[in-house]
Amino acid sequence: MEYLPNIIFAVALILGIGFFARNVKKLSRNIKLGKDVDVSDNKGQRWKNMAKIALGQTKMVVRPIAGLMHVIVYVGFIIINIEVLEIMLDGLLGTHRLFSPLGSVYDFLIGSFEILALLVIVAVVVFWIRRNIIRIQRFVKPEMKGWPKTDGNMILYIEFVLMLLFLTMNAADFQLQQLGADHYAQAGAFPVSQFIVPLLDGLSESSLILVERTAWWLHILGILAFLNYLYYSKHLHILLAFPNTYYGKVKPQGQFNNLASVTKEVKLMMDPDADPFATPAEDDVAEPEKFGASDVMDLNWVQLLNAYTCTECGRCTSECPANQTGKKLSPRKIMMDTRDRLEEVGKNMDTNKGEFVPDGKQLLGDYISHEELWACTTCNACVQACPVSIDPLSIIVEMRRYLVMEQSAAPMELNNMMSNIENNGAPWPYNQMDRLNWVNE
Amino acid sequence: MSEQLKVKTMQEFMAEGKQPEILFWVGSAGSYDDRAKKITKAFVKLLNKAAVDFAVLGTEESSTGDVAKRAGNEFLFQMQAMMNIELLNGYEIKRIVTCDPHSFNTIKNEYPGLGGNYDVVHHTQYLKELIDNGRLTLSGDGYKGKRITFHDPCYLGRANSVFDAPREVLAKSNAELVEMKRHKKTALCCGAGGAQMFKEPEKGDMDVNVLRTKDALETSPNIIATGCPYCNTMMTDGIKAHEKEDSVTVLDVAEVLANSQGL
Repeated sequence: MEYLPNIIFAVALILGIGFFARNVKKLSRNIKLGKDVDVSDNKGQRWKNMAKIALGQTKMVVRPIAGLMHVIVYVGFIIINIEVLEIMLDGLLGTHRLFSPLGSVYDFLIGSFEILALLVIVAVVVFWIRRNIIRIQRFVKPEMKGWPKTDGNMILYIEFVLMLLFLTMNAADFQLQQLGADHYAQAGAFPVSQFIVPLLDGLSESSLILVERTAWWLHILGILAFLNYLYYSKHLHILLAFPNTYYGKVKPQGQFNNLASVTKEVKLMMDPDADPFATPAEDDVAEPEKFGASDVMDLNWVQLLNAYTCTECGRCTSECPANQTGKKLSPRKIMMDTRDRLEEVGKNMDTNKGEFVPDGKQLLGDYISHEELWACTTCNACVQACPVSIDPLSIIVEMRRYLVMEQSAAPMELNNMMSNIENNGAPWPYNQMDRLNWVNE
Repeated sequence: MSEQLKVKTMQEFMAEGKQPEILFWVGSAGSYDDRAKKITKAFVKLLNKAAVDFAVLGTEESSTGDVAKRAGNEFLFQMQAMMNIELLNGYEIKRIVTCDPHSFNTIKNEYPGLGGNYDVVHHTQYLKELIDNGRLTLSGDGYKGKRITFHDPCYLGRANSVFDAPREVLAKSNAELVEMKRHKKTALCCGAGGAQMFKEPEKGDMDVNVLRTKDALETSPNIIATGCPYCNTMMTDGIKAHEKEDSVTVLDVAEVLANSQGL
């Protein structure tokens, strides 16, 4: 019986991490549904981007208030993890405050965790007010109705409660230390939780132990639950921001990829020696490649990783010229739609033994409308605004390619423009022989 | 026009067995659009003044295919690109200058993958170079006492991080440069990119160019300068929408410099 708590703890830990591992596997399977893309270039630059953008939060602080608050929560999250390590070891070994022999270093650590916990609480409250009271525009756009809104608030509630549990646990511990209770050796500094102590005044030693233990257990179980909430939430960015900034675009923003399948065709067309009546080679029986994207499987895996990384902050949408002028396009919605459709495809595979059974739906049309795609000016403001290197523009362009090259479904004026280029080498119907007329006009 | 423009084609250079210093890629807008042709001419006047030995492709030039690519027609883009590359490589072109950020971006970034490798510069960069190495000498007060705000074209600024050259050239006109609230990396698009120039906008509550000119007008400028023929059209229309065409002019950086020198 003596080891019962240790065993319960070990089981909870294994279950928590086990479920998380299962979700990570699913996540990686879904991302790998995307097409392969070569990202082996520019390794140095990529590491630098990850260090600067994800670790260093450089693009977060472009907006100072949200940026500063976010840095607090981010630093709090990382630093408090040291405490979580101690809690896990205590839970497994049946010890209490295992790191306390560190003495004054320990005091300093616990003291700074407490201050960070308080700052996190402040930041979380500010975030909640921004979302629910001030209702900052980007948090109340149409795509934020329902689950995305709930999800955003849920994360704040969980973080708030976790920090409160941490401080309550410390307060009870501090009180027990002062009462000289068994197992509660003098350790740590409690600059914040000392103010909670008066609330515990008059509680007996056993009640205090109950409070301390309850807070301790709820805190660590809460963390394990939160870990497993990630997969279902926009909060995945805390993990995926790192790979996403590594695999993000390292070329000039204006450079779009040249479709290799098209290059092959065009070269053949322009080759005077090519035999138009040649029978295809024996091994050339593969289905001709589809141009552009109509569903998530047509996108590349970095674009799918982008979708899972998106934390729906809406900075892209708030910078988008189309969105600012009342058009339907919202780059954030492009990312959310991509993720929702990818999840749908993943669930389809789960219920069909790992095989995708066509469901009569696709990303284009069922999630993203033509109207949204044609409203884009390809200005790259969304790409610039994203604090974690997501590229919504690349998905828009890939879907335009499908519309134009597979479906000939461009707006009429664009079809006219393109036939002008085909016929006379300019987007307007002017004679190529008149190209130099300006000299003498 | 006081003086005839001196413009030679690549064919003429070839016939003489010579290579130009640089090829001026005029672009479709610069060749055909009435407003953009003025930008082309202003730039040529400056090239002539600096005695630059440049060539144009003339009737051999064709659309870069950029706008087709942004619209999703990769096929048409690559056809245009490969034809142009064949021509440019045939003439052994090394260096290209253009007044169009869209041509600049696609030739610089997207042509290399299809076999076209050139040193490509935007005309504002080239003008800065000519001024810096003393080939283009400037005199007079120019636009002293006037306020100019520069609108960053997306495909020059955000897309290729060229922010300083146009501003440095504008400063040579002695005008006072004022920045809009959103500029450089966070500049708002004029609304023409991504093939929007050639279609009606989707349903919304405002046109992008009207919003962007609002940004510009908030700086109370005499001149809105830009470095792109499409931005120029959009900003000019935006000024009209705000009924400010009598007090505010939209000019290209090359025009500002040429005007300041009485060219």
